[in-house]
Amino acid sequence: MDPGQGLDGVRDILVGKGRVLWIGHGPPPQEPDKVLQGRGLVVSPGFVDLHCHLREPGQEEKETMASGTLAACRGGFTTVCAMPNTRPPVDSPPLVEFLKDKASREGLVRVLPVGALTRGRAGKELVEMEAMARAGAVAFSDDGHPTGSRIMRQALEFSRYLGLPVMDHCEDPELAREGQVNEGVVSLRLGLRGMPSQAEEAAVARDVAVAGLTGGHVHIHHVSSQGSLEHIRRGKEKGVKVTCEATPHHLTLTEDSLLAPIPYDTNLKVNPPLRSERERKALAEALREGLIDAVATDHAPHSLVDKLVEFSRAGPGMSNLETALGSLMALVHRGELDLLTLVARLTIGPARILGKELGSLKVGWPADVVIFDPDREWTVDPQALASRGKNTPLAGEKLKGKVMATLVGGKAAYLDPSLKLEVPESRKAKI
Amino acid sequence: MTWHHHHVLDLDDFSREEIEAVLETASAMKEVLTRPVPKVPTLRGKRVFSLFYEPSTRTRASFELAAKTLSAEVVGITAQVSSVVKGESLLDTIKTLEALGADAIVLRHPEAGAPYLAARYCRASIVNAGDGAHAHPTQALLDIFSLRQRLGDLEGLKVVIVGDILHSRVARSNIWGLKALGARVVLCGPPTLLPISFADAYAGVEVEWDLERALEGAGAVIALRLQWERQQDLIPSVEEYVAFYQLNAQRLSRARPGALVLHPGPVNEGVEIDPEVARGPQSLIDEQVTNGVAVRMALLYLLLGGAHE
Repeated sequence: MDPGQGLDGVRDILVGKGRVLWIGHGPPPQEPDKVLQGRGLVVSPGFVDLHCHLREPGQEEKETMASGTLAACRGGFTTVCAMPNTRPPVDSPPLVEFLKDKASREGLVRVLPVGALTRGRAGKELVEMEAMARAGAVAFSDDGHPTGSRIMRQALEFSRYLGLPVMDHCEDPELAREGQVNEGVVSLRLGLRGMPSQAEEAAVARDVAVAGLTGGHVHIHHVSSQGSLEHIRRGKEKGVKVTCEATPHHLTLTEDSLLAPIPYDTNLKVNPPLRSERERKALAEALREGLIDAVATDHAPHSLVDKLVEFSRAGPGMSNLETALGSLMALVHRGELDLLTLVARLTIGPARILGKELGSLKVGWPADVVIFDPDREWTVDPQALASRGKNTPLAGEKLKGKVMATLVGGKAAYLDPSLKLEVPESRKAKI
Repeated sequence: MTWHHHHVLDLDDFSREEIEAVLETASAMKEVLTRPVPKVPTLRGKRVFSLFYEPSTRTRASFELAAKTLSAEVVGITAQVSSVVKGESLLDTIKTLEALGADAIVLRHPEAGAPYLAARYCRASIVNAGDGAHAHPTQALLDIFSLRQRLGDLEGLKVVIVGDILHSRVARSNIWGLKALGARVVLCGPPTLLPISFADAYAGVEVEWDLERALEGAGAVIALRLQWERQQDLIPSVEEYVAFYQLNAQRLSRARPGALVLHPGPVNEGVEIDPEVARGPQSLIDEQVTNGVAVRMALLYLLLGGAHE
């Protein structure tokens, strides 16, 4: 299944030297050394995650390059964009180099560094965007903090020149007022400060306007409300370069989970907050339609002590890389989304935003492949996650849809014990 | 008797029968308090800790007196929310109290939901003595007990809660309790302190921004304390609040004759309530304080005492 080239059918794929060599029916043009049988399973391009937190450098107790990328390949992700809110933040060319070096030595998947947008993520001075781009930053973001209008304008002027997206955590700070959960019935019941979806919408409207002004590419992080989608739609219709992502949790969970079964479960604390069922449905529909370009995990691992505290003191975020596919498959199983579209939003959708030859198994492109069983049920056990972040609200939940194998550059980075790379019979005879 | 709570976190999970069980027990406890030697051995050997992360005079004294009257061992702890990462966390403290043999922990905390965290990881009974803007179930129970002692049945009674509803744990818990007993709850306050969505958050509850209209036909009024530190960016001035939301005799005359006046204390006299009304014949404010001890005795007894034995 490869939406990037409109493929949905039974095929054989030959990979070699890290790339796709051939896709077709029947015997491949050259005999393979090893065969991986994917009968009854879905084979697709490896997933591309525009938004994850690997926490290195500086917060290794939450995640490391090794644990985070192991979690990625277990989740079917072969490329992840690492957010720069590390300690120190990735806000200069040497730090981009450091991250690339770390990834090449310890990473199990492709790690693309996202540079901070401002020095120290302080929101005041723009980073040296061109130098960082040359060092390998694939995008810029102050994720976790909203971006002011002046910085956004400067950044988008550079974005137009460099051809790289500027990503924004959209939040009008005066409307958000450090809200802990979505503003509405649930925030009133829980007595927690609410953050209205309009805080996001106001910032999205501003971003679309500034992207229109400058011709730069703005990418909206973790869109969570219907109102934001309307601004994005209007921008896209006018030809503004605006793209957006939605997270598995905003697509599958709602604020109602905060009331029961575990009231104030800090594993449900995310920013932007979980919204109402009405907003969730609008997101699922926009994902289907393509208004939302990509699913991005916003994988945000935390250590136990960050979450075993009072709700307002807990760090926001969920450990998502390993549960993303299983959660999202619920949308497919209950008919809100078709499988091919879901795969598109996990592969070619995000890859296009990055403008890289990823997310499709075209001949000559990297042989990044995921094999998954859409019907296999499994139960989420936080302790069994490869990620150091055990902070998932899905503990004990049964998910339907499981990654069976992940190939990065043609090499098996993860294989379910039930699958084996086999030497083909014909080859055995020759030996 | 209907009782199956191990913790008292809020009244949202209390049925009418359970609330009545508490009120009945509280009546018996109130009698104990009138004896020449107000002390019974019911909870001898039980350990009750009061753990307060916020200053409190009356709630804390009330709980500790309640536990002592029942002969429990009482240890009071004043704690501070640590801003340092390495500081002792709420759970560390709770686990320590558990190791010290706590049977019940009375917890007051500035953050909503803190008692739920404690209850999830602790075997001792957690009694919520107020968590942020979320809940204050024992205050609501003593308000209801005070009303019941005077009025009997609360079915159909119009109760107005006036003040900073948005930040009020007293209002939230009273909504659940009063609704369970069939009262009609009307919330009143300036729109920035009383979002219209309260009517959606609590089925059947009415929102009325105009105090004089709210008071029409009311049988009881609960005036809330105005905490100016918290609300200064939400209301223009104390003067404006006093002008439109202070409970005074002239406004109270719109309510039913003899309508009862409650206040969770401490009172800012001359702000949310006129001193004349606070000390007037319709005021239950002093009675609330006495009843608070009886209600807290009842809860501790139901949680730790004979009910299970």
